[in-house]
Amino acid sequence: MKLLIKGGHVVDPANDIDKVVDVLVEDGKIAAVGENLAADGAEVVDAAGKVVAPGLIDMHVHFREPGQEAKEDFISGTKAAAAGGFTRVATMPNTRPVVDDASLVRSLKARAAYEGRVHIDIIGALTKGQEGKELAEVGDMTYEGAVAFSDDGHFVKSAKTLLNGLDYLRAFDKIIINHDEEPSLVEEGVMNEGHASAMLGLKGRPTVAEDIAVMRDIMLAEYADAKIHVAHISSGRSVELVREAKARGVKVTAEVTPHHLTMTDEMVDFTDSCTKVNPPLRRDKDVEACIAGLMDGTIDMIVTDHSPHAEEEKDQEYMYAPSGFPGLETSLGVILTSLYHTGKLTMSQVIDRMSAAPAKVFSLPAGSLAVGAAADITIIDTEAEWTVEAEKFYTRGTHSPFVGQHLKGKAVMTIVDGKIVMKDGIVE
Amino acid sequence: MGKNQVSLFGKDVLDLKYFSPEEIGLVLETAKEMKNIIHRDIKKVPTLRGKSIVTVFYEPSTRTRTSFETAGKYLGADVVNITAGTSSIVKGESLRDTMLTVQAMGFDAIIMRHKADGAAEYAAKVVDHPVIINAGDGAHAHPSQGLLNLFTLMQHKGHLEGLKVAIVGDILHSRVARSDIWGMRQMGIELHLAGPKTMMPRFLFEEPGIVIHDNVEDAIREADAIEVLRIQLERMKAGLFPTRREYARIYGINDERLKLAKKDVLILHPGPMNKGLEISPYVAYGEHTAIQEQVENGVAVRMALLTLVLTGGSK
Repeated sequence: MKLLIKGGHVVDPANDIDKVVDVLVEDGKIAAVGENLAADGAEVVDAAGKVVAPGLIDMHVHFREPGQEAKEDFISGTKAAAAGGFTRVATMPNTRPVVDDASLVRSLKARAAYEGRVHIDIIGALTKGQEGKELAEVGDMTYEGAVAFSDDGHFVKSAKTLLNGLDYLRAFDKIIINHDEEPSLVEEGVMNEGHASAMLGLKGRPTVAEDIAVMRDIMLAEYADAKIHVAHISSGRSVELVREAKARGVKVTAEVTPHHLTMTDEMVDFTDSCTKVNPPLRRDKDVEACIAGLMDGTIDMIVTDHSPHAEEEKDQEYMYAPSGFPGLETSLGVILTSLYHTGKLTMSQVIDRMSAAPAKVFSLPAGSLAVGAAADITIIDTEAEWTVEAEKFYTRGTHSPFVGQHLKGKAVMTIVDGKIVMKDGIVE
Repeated sequence: MGKNQVSLFGKDVLDLKYFSPEEIGLVLETAKEMKNIIHRDIKKVPTLRGKSIVTVFYEPSTRTRTSFETAGKYLGADVVNITAGTSSIVKGESLRDTMLTVQAMGFDAIIMRHKADGAAEYAAKVVDHPVIINAGDGAHAHPSQGLLNLFTLMQHKGHLEGLKVAIVGDILHSRVARSDIWGMRQMGIELHLAGPKTMMPRFLFEEPGIVIHDNVEDAIREADAIEVLRIQLERMKAGLFPTRREYARIYGINDERLKLAKKDVLILHPGPMNKGLEISPYVAYGEHTAIQEQVENGVAVRMALLTLVLTGGSK
């Protein structure tokens, strides 16, 4: 099976390519990248006027498998991923039960290979039951293919536990992803602490809760000379902390979501829980700091924190509704609209933050169109204008604050291992 | 002049944020007439005969629920009460479904209290016909209390514009304070807030038209009225203030502190009071108090609200 992607603008920051060339795919791998490649029996995809990029990667999704398949499963989740232009996602372990041992990693990997429309990497829990006390069998899980470790949803409260994890994982060269919010400061909080929460009466989650958690993690990683990854950074002060730490050589990396790059707590309408998320939507200055951090590389990558919930769970009083919303099908459109079309990021930077960088940070076999690499490719129409409609989502989640937004730019084809899995928004 | 054109017919009473000065003025005018009815020997008038009202209370409340119920009954409406402990709410029925059920029974007004901020506005989006009257949602709003405070001030001072009102205590958790902030500013009242900083919303200072003080003395100096907020003892357990004794000494409104305010200062309290804590008994029952009158005015204001939203108040 051969595929020739013809006349597209290839943006492949890992290989420093940013020009109009053809890409030939053969046996699921990149066979050639160059001008005027011959079709020679290959199926031809006309990519004229489109961007051809290494497949997008999202290192932070919740596919709810096992245990909460009414919210999402590997089929609906990877369909949403393919629709959004993602060829690879990493699932967080806060499932029922928690993914905290090798047998679960093994069975999920098998299911992912069988059911997944795109590649699924499994992030294992750092501690047993995500309770933050004893280390889970991270070595065993690594041998079964776990890609990173996280107690996401919960901050690893005990500094000693985190230090143990950082030390122990050195032998496996795996990264801890930490959800940084000091719990005593966010108890019962449902939105950012700010002017908006003061007027609504809703309980706040202050930015300082994130800042002191990020600071502590940086200090521990620095002390242990180990790698730490800050999950969904949202506070401007935290971005500064990461910038300073990187400058003095600490092995800290960070990710940010499309919503923390574009939305503020002034958008919170307490009759609609679609804006409820942890960490919460912050203020203008935080959004500006996150954008600046993404531009200068302080923040390495964009992730969605795709967190679908069932309709009846989100359709509740704001304080009772669960946090999170789906993001895979809106991420690229939001980033292109708010950062690329406004000139804040070049296309090469967009592809770096959404593909090359996560592949590099987490040592994934992805994020590159080098000859011989797996043919995971996303074709993007940067000019396509569209409106976000929940009815058209493949994800089971419906309550997204992006619903109704008018966006410019979207993925028009997703190719995984040389096979077309999404074409013009349709996933088989 | 424009006053005559103002109508509240069919309007949800969610938050004073959504009330113009003219609309608030209309409620206060109407409440004056209603207060006369309360003083009659035979209190029943037929204004709302044939109208049905349901109170849905997800949080315990005696005074507000009884006040609304009494208001409805004085006006001849049929009033039914649902409390969370005795209904399908305990079986886990969602707020949406409870509201749709109540709507289907044909009620003209739903008066609701809920622990969740925004619950009344959520309900207003769910139902079509019945008007929603917010009788308190979380720490967000308590519009009828805000209106009865304004009515009480009006009755004593004869005007609202330019008055200086101090609100003292736990602002962070107070829906009454938030409704006062909207309503009083709307009517041109100068607002001064004070209380322990642990119970003052950190970023409230960004809101225009409010002065936040570090100590009570500065807030109540030359005040025309002081609203004393109830302090809940669970705030002490949460570490927001050290002891009852200290609260009373530093933030309590007592005779000594009262001297800082204007000679004719009016004392308001939404009730129920913790005497000896946020307010001394001498102040609570003294010459400046309007606390019992507030209860009576509450009935009058709620009669006015019900009349205006259910009939438009045509006389």
